[in-house]
Amino acid sequence: MNPPNPSMSLTKPEAFDLSNKQKIATAIGVIGLLILVLAAFNINFPNRAVVLTVSLVMISGGIILFANDLYLGKHAGIKNDGVMFKSISSRGLWAWVTGIALTSFYLILYFKAAWLGLGTDGAANTGVIALFDPLSYLLNGGQASQWFVYGTLYTIAILFLGYKFLLKYRHNRYERLRTFSVMFFQLAFAFLIPEFMARLNSESFSLPYYDLKNIWPLNYYNFEQYRVNSMIEAGDIGLALLLFGVASIFIITPILTYKYGKRWYCSWVCGCGGLAETAGDSFRHLSNKKQYAWNIERWVVHSVVVFVTLMTTAVIYSYLGEDSSKYWLTKSTFLIGVASLLTLVFALVMIFKRQQLAKDAKYGAIGYFVIVMALIGLHYTNGANLFLIKAETLRTSYGFLIGSIFSGVIGTGFYPIFGNRVWCRFGCPMAAILGFQQRLFSKFRITTNGGQCISCGNCSTYCEMGIDVRAYAQKGENIVRSSCVGCGICSAVCPRGVLKLENDHMKGRINSNDILLGNDVDLMALINEK
Amino acid sequence: MEHIVIIGNGISGVTLARHIRKGSDKKITIISSETDHFFSRTALMYIYMGHMTYEHTKPYEDWFWKKNRIELLKAHVTKIDTSNNSLKLDHGGNLSYDKLVIATGSSPNHYGWPGQDLDGVQGLYSKQDLDTLEANAPNNTVCKRAVIVGGGLIGIELAEMLNSRNIPVTFLVRESSFWNGVLPEGESQMINRHIKSHHIDLRLSSSLKEIKSDENGKVKSIIIEETGEEIACDLVGLTAGVSPNINFIKDSNISTKKGVLVNRYLETNVPNVYAIGDCAEQHEAIGQRRPVEAVWYTGRMMGETLAQTICGNRMAYNPGHWFNSAKFLDIEYQTYGWVFGKKGRPDYEAHFHWKHEDDTRCITVAYHKDSHEFLGINTFGIRMRHEVFDQWLTEKREVDYVMQHLKTANFDPEFYSRYEHTILSAYTKQLQNV
Repeated sequence: MNPPNPSMSLTKPEAFDLSNKQKIATAIGVIGLLILVLAAFNINFPNRAVVLTVSLVMISGGIILFANDLYLGKHAGIKNDGVMFKSISSRGLWAWVTGIALTSFYLILYFKAAWLGLGTDGAANTGVIALFDPLSYLLNGGQASQWFVYGTLYTIAILFLGYKFLLKYRHNRYERLRTFSVMFFQLAFAFLIPEFMARLNSESFSLPYYDLKNIWPLNYYNFEQYRVNSMIEAGDIGLALLLFGVASIFIITPILTYKYGKRWYCSWVCGCGGLAETAGDSFRHLSNKKQYAWNIERWVVHSVVVFVTLMTTAVIYSYLGEDSSKYWLTKSTFLIGVASLLTLVFALVMIFKRQQLAKDAKYGAIGYFVIVMALIGLHYTNGANLFLIKAETLRTSYGFLIGSIFSGVIGTGFYPIFGNRVWCRFGCPMAAILGFQQRLFSKFRITTNGGQCISCGNCSTYCEMGIDVRAYAQKGENIVRSSCVGCGICSAVCPRGVLKLENDHMKGRINSNDILLGNDVDLMALINEK
Repeated sequence: MEHIVIIGNGISGVTLARHIRKGSDKKITIISSETDHFFSRTALMYIYMGHMTYEHTKPYEDWFWKKNRIELLKAHVTKIDTSNNSLKLDHGGNLSYDKLVIATGSSPNHYGWPGQDLDGVQGLYSKQDLDTLEANAPNNTVCKRAVIVGGGLIGIELAEMLNSRNIPVTFLVRESSFWNGVLPEGESQMINRHIKSHHIDLRLSSSLKEIKSDENGKVKSIIIEETGEEIACDLVGLTAGVSPNINFIKDSNISTKKGVLVNRYLETNVPNVYAIGDCAEQHEAIGQRRPVEAVWYTGRMMGETLAQTICGNRMAYNPGHWFNSAKFLDIEYQTYGWVFGKKGRPDYEAHFHWKHEDDTRCITVAYHKDSHEFLGINTFGIRMRHEVFDQWLTEKREVDYVMQHLKTANFDPEFYSRYEHTILSAYTKQLQNV
């Protein structure tokens, strides 16, 4: 892929090389990063607060200077020049180096945090984690953890690569607002608020670390015993948080998705989406658009939903009591509740939306059937075991396979190889549930503009979710897809103004007829006869 | 089984093949010497600019053709023998057909300029042209300056492409303002300014006198006719329009003029031979359309129409309201109905023109001076809804109605600034002044 059409000449298209300013900006950023690497190798810096500030400022400053030079000298507009020639964005050497470096970082972060200097059993931090202690003390009053380090770097990536994104799409107001939104939610909800909440914790009062915008099943751990206990023990505030967690799944999410499609979450609020849209923007064209990828996607993402539902149910079941006189929510009430809810959702879909689903319905049906049967089986085995597996084992395997390996290591580490939404597309159970709602009960769709499509393929190329947008546009069909996160880039890169994200009436949302204007009416009628 | 042979794997030929397959079981063969698979010609520029790879420009995956039983033959047709229903191919073989469709598209115009065949002089139409460009102009050390001759859509696309690799461009346009054969004055001038703002050396009222060669038969410079100025360059892009690509047909029985002559049923003078797309020429123009229309969409529509005929439902080509679109560097352009520039503008056509102060957005609305019927609209930097204008044109709405309801037709992304209000007040004010 690098380059796609080998040049006949001896020189390469060096028009796409870095400018001098970009080289200086890269140097500044890399030196900032080097400080962190040195700290990781246990170089003990005096005055950590200053060194950390210098490092983070240099990283951020490098990104800002680079982005300024890259975009501010040019007119506002779509500027993907050279994307397919640059090593980093066309699976060249730099893409592999970055991918492997990120992946290794994730592996160490998740499984060997001590290597980064995490002090275990109350010991003081060393290494790079100790470097972040001053900031951690400032925000939450405690020493840093590996997650604090990660959260800080994550936020910096979203804020400053978000700035780069803002410059790149500065002509496009939808993209600007959306980026401000993800930057805000990352900084406030994911980073600062949980730290401040932690500050409130004392001997008598304790709340778990809670990123309020992180909704089950994306935060699969939200209803685990230790969390639920600490929320209940924290009194009214804790109870409110617990109720909010439940409400966000069953009330807030469906309403917003009905009105705006799943984009309100995936590309305006979600942290994973936020990182994908900002840090991952340079890799969006790497998503696989082949039909087989789409088939794999549907199977994998829906299996994850089934897995997470089963796992959460089993976990909650395992800590509930049997005796209804002690507390109203017993093991059997809970299971009956879950089974009825799933049956209800399934029945409503089959009654009202049957005609809109073909294969997906069967997958859904199989999934629900498996869960309901498992729930019944679970209850009659009369213990915490499900198919002889302990709920806790199920939870740890989910945490390891999906929570760490899929969402972190592959999802982000492999950005430069598989594109920026691998996790959202193949793994995120939240995206699958929202997608299900979007496909069936949402006013959102992408409309196509009559006969104006010239099939150039910019839309499909730059779709991070691997949707073949062009296939719809060239037929004049509305795009109603469960995977679409509504990032709006297809509409932005279209040189003919063919695509538009819209919220409109439910009626006529899916046009089974192709509308290709320009022809005479009789011919259109004939072509649409099916 | 009836064998349909289509020469050309562009949008016309491929649309035809797909629709024949939808409606029948006939044997279909598509012949092309350009590429193995159908790709979108309109996206060639994005390959050079590095936005896409060649693979991205293919609308169908490679397995599509076999699955739909459309045979692809990579060959060049050298001769058509209509008396024996057979084709002669460049590698010596013959291919017989029951029905033949010529969908060979266009090739760039050459006006007999001295030096037009030199090394480094090229057009931009085919995949091969793009490969040549990659060799001629990989960067600004190999190609220190390029000269583009011809002020049309391909010319400005080529200018944008070279600009993306920081190759200085001199753009020779014969007319006094860019594309003013088509665009009204205000729009054409706005585009002039936009081109110059991209540091493209736009030379209006300038035509090519000759291309000079160095000692190796490679282009060295060009001379401008009007001023006699010599401009040193390493690449000359000839983009002065395209003509039907029909040289190989000239000695057959199929009658041609500029293109392959067809009636409204897209039939040539020889039974069972048809022509569609850029290479077809109507005996009589349809409405205000030109007899040869080298436009992506009309190629697609001709393919759809002819598929009906070939599948036994003889049908006339009857395009609806005219529409088109383009992009001039960063400014998108759409047109619905008819808006004429100076050239060919009917007496009854009056214009309302509005331009935004940022100089990247404007619209021109054409209407009938006396009846006030809405005739067409050009928009720059504002996206419009095809469906709405198609309906308004069919309903023959008055211009007042269109201006008052412009909001319904807006197709810009969410949260974009809207200009309907400003446009309407400018329109009302202008009417009061008249």
